[in-house]
Amino acid sequence: MSKKQKQMVIRIAVAFLMLVAIMVGEHSGLSERIQPHGLWALICLIPYLIIGYDILFKAVRNIRNGQIFDENFLMMIATFGAFAVGDYSEAVAVMLFYQVGELFQSYAVGKSRQSISDMMDICPEYANIEEDGALTQVDPDDVEVGTIIVIKPGERVPLDGVVVEGESMIDTAALTGESVPRRAAAGDTIISGCVNGSGTLKVRTTKEFDDSTVARILELVENASSKKAHVENFITRFAKYYTPVVTIGAVILAFVPPIALTIAGAGSFGALLGTWLYRACTFLVISCPCALVISVPLGFFGGIGAASRIGVLVKGSNYLEAVAQMDTIVFDKTGTLTKGEFKVSEVIPASGTKEELLELAALGEGYSNHPIAASIREAYGRTLDMERVTDAEEISGHGIHTYIDGKEVHLGNAKLMESLQIPFTKSGSAGTVVYIAKERVFAGTIVIADTVKEGAAEALASMKHVGVKKTVMLTGDRREAAEAVARELGIDEVHFELLPADKVTKVEQLLAAQTPKTRLAFVGDGINDAPVLTRADIGIAMGSMGSDAAIEAADVVLMDDDVRKIASLVRIARKTLGIVKQNIVFALAVKLLVLLLGATGYANMWAAVFADVGVSVLAILNSMRTLRGNK
Amino acid sequence: MKKKFKLQDLDCANCAAKMEEAIKKIDGVNDATVSFMTQKLTIDAADDRFEVIMDEVEKVCAKVEPDTKILR
Repeated sequence: MSKKQKQMVIRIAVAFLMLVAIMVGEHSGLSERIQPHGLWALICLIPYLIIGYDILFKAVRNIRNGQIFDENFLMMIATFGAFAVGDYSEAVAVMLFYQVGELFQSYAVGKSRQSISDMMDICPEYANIEEDGALTQVDPDDVEVGTIIVIKPGERVPLDGVVVEGESMIDTAALTGESVPRRAAAGDTIISGCVNGSGTLKVRTTKEFDDSTVARILELVENASSKKAHVENFITRFAKYYTPVVTIGAVILAFVPPIALTIAGAGSFGALLGTWLYRACTFLVISCPCALVISVPLGFFGGIGAASRIGVLVKGSNYLEAVAQMDTIVFDKTGTLTKGEFKVSEVIPASGTKEELLELAALGEGYSNHPIAASIREAYGRTLDMERVTDAEEISGHGIHTYIDGKEVHLGNAKLMESLQIPFTKSGSAGTVVYIAKERVFAGTIVIADTVKEGAAEALASMKHVGVKKTVMLTGDRREAAEAVARELGIDEVHFELLPADKVTKVEQLLAAQTPKTRLAFVGDGINDAPVLTRADIGIAMGSMGSDAAIEAADVVLMDDDVRKIASLVRIARKTLGIVKQNIVFALAVKLLVLLLGATGYANMWAAVFADVGVSVLAILNSMRTLRGNK
Repeated sequence: MKKKFKLQDLDCANCAAKMEEAIKKIDGVNDATVSFMTQKLTIDAADDRFEVIMDEVEKVCAKVEPDTKILR
């Protein structure tokens, strides 16, 4: 609790005790006996001023500054009104409970803001630089690119860099939500914001603080609250009209009915005015739109916070809102659903064992630095005796011609086999196919394919489960490769052999098919699909694998590239939006109800205070639920 | 030029919205956001008159909510 809040607690306690005394006085008839009657009003004024002096002060000051429809002013008028009609204790009580509510509200908002910022507590405070054998702590902002910094066990990594010395386990949970620590040793890149485990690391920085991962993330999240959702904009517009309308309503309520009723002969004007003035005052108490103005952005902020805790950065409330309405997801294939790494997936010998064929292929490709050659060598896994290989030559666009142990070997695509007129079994596999012939006799086939990411199938299944209706995959790859991946993952629609520009066209076609209530997301690693990321309603990019341009262009960033997080994000977004809507409906319903009851004389000022601050507090507490994510 | 300022004692969400609106109306301000959640003012204004504009911003904020201080 801040100093200001503590002071308020004391004021509330004092005023409360005096209020109790006043109420006892009123009920025991003491107030009747005090003469003159005005003295009693003065006694009641003491606790009123204790509890409300700052409100009165602010009201006067704000009027001078031209802020008329200000809650302080409205509270002042309302309680003055209660005084005027002789409800002294009620005037004190209303002011008292208003302050209790305000205190609780500021405490709750402060708390929730704190818990969100704690969660975002990834900002490093210092970096250690070694100078003449001694470590000095400096501001990460002042460290230049290429400086060697020392990260001690348990410290936060201050800047992005490459490990030059030492070995440790790095806790990336704050950035990616991944609880298993990652190993880092010399040569590994390391990103800021992570926490170092048990080893000391020496790191050569590769970025300045402003460009480092941690600074970029903080920037994104802070800016997120400035991109407002439709609901938020609606509330802002609504708040602008709500207060003046209710205030004008109060003025009409105070004077029109008494005049009309007096003319109709229903009583004396003075008595009627008292009743209706009181009713008008209840109006004024309800006239602040605070519950809505605070709880809606707080809800979104909590939702964005919950998402960032699982390693998903959402760049604005509007995107969180869009994710909740998302029903179509378009995926890029390579790097998003597949690893973008090539691996030997099939070894089909025509004769002999798989092992022999793989050895032959590995030797044949031994001199090549093509990624396919590398993956064959990796699959073989043993050291190669390259002395067995002689006269290796590359036949461009076809493959390799070489001699192994003095025997002629051809490795390459179907074209190579056809040109040599070697009969072979054509493979219908999805990946890249290498045919091998030994002494011009077909020896077998090796298929190299991009591997599907772990959890990709699970990710797609869970997206369907949370209500995504259609999944689409776009790829520049061949039909067989595209269809194989789509079959494996259960994707509804596949478009293949697309150029980067075709991807934009396809997404535009899919966007045109959307209804106004639904949204389309595009998930990509950002390598040549930044335009598509921008074009889709929601662009989702891979954070660690993707390029800076992609993170810039995207609306949502998956920090650890795990597509499974999308389903969790949808859940968080839906929950957040649900809570925000509950708050809006609840606050408006209570306010409207109390306005109606107040106008007809069924609700007193106590109910009005509840409708104002009580609802506000309940709505804030409800908003806090967004923070807890999808558990 | 885009700059960020911390706000001290910004205690009401409605005031933040009012401030934002008032700041946006100042001549030379391209865009401004007052975030109640992060207690920050982000302002995008003309480079050459930035300091003058900030003085103006302080003035209008003082009108809306005199308790709030802009830490420059």
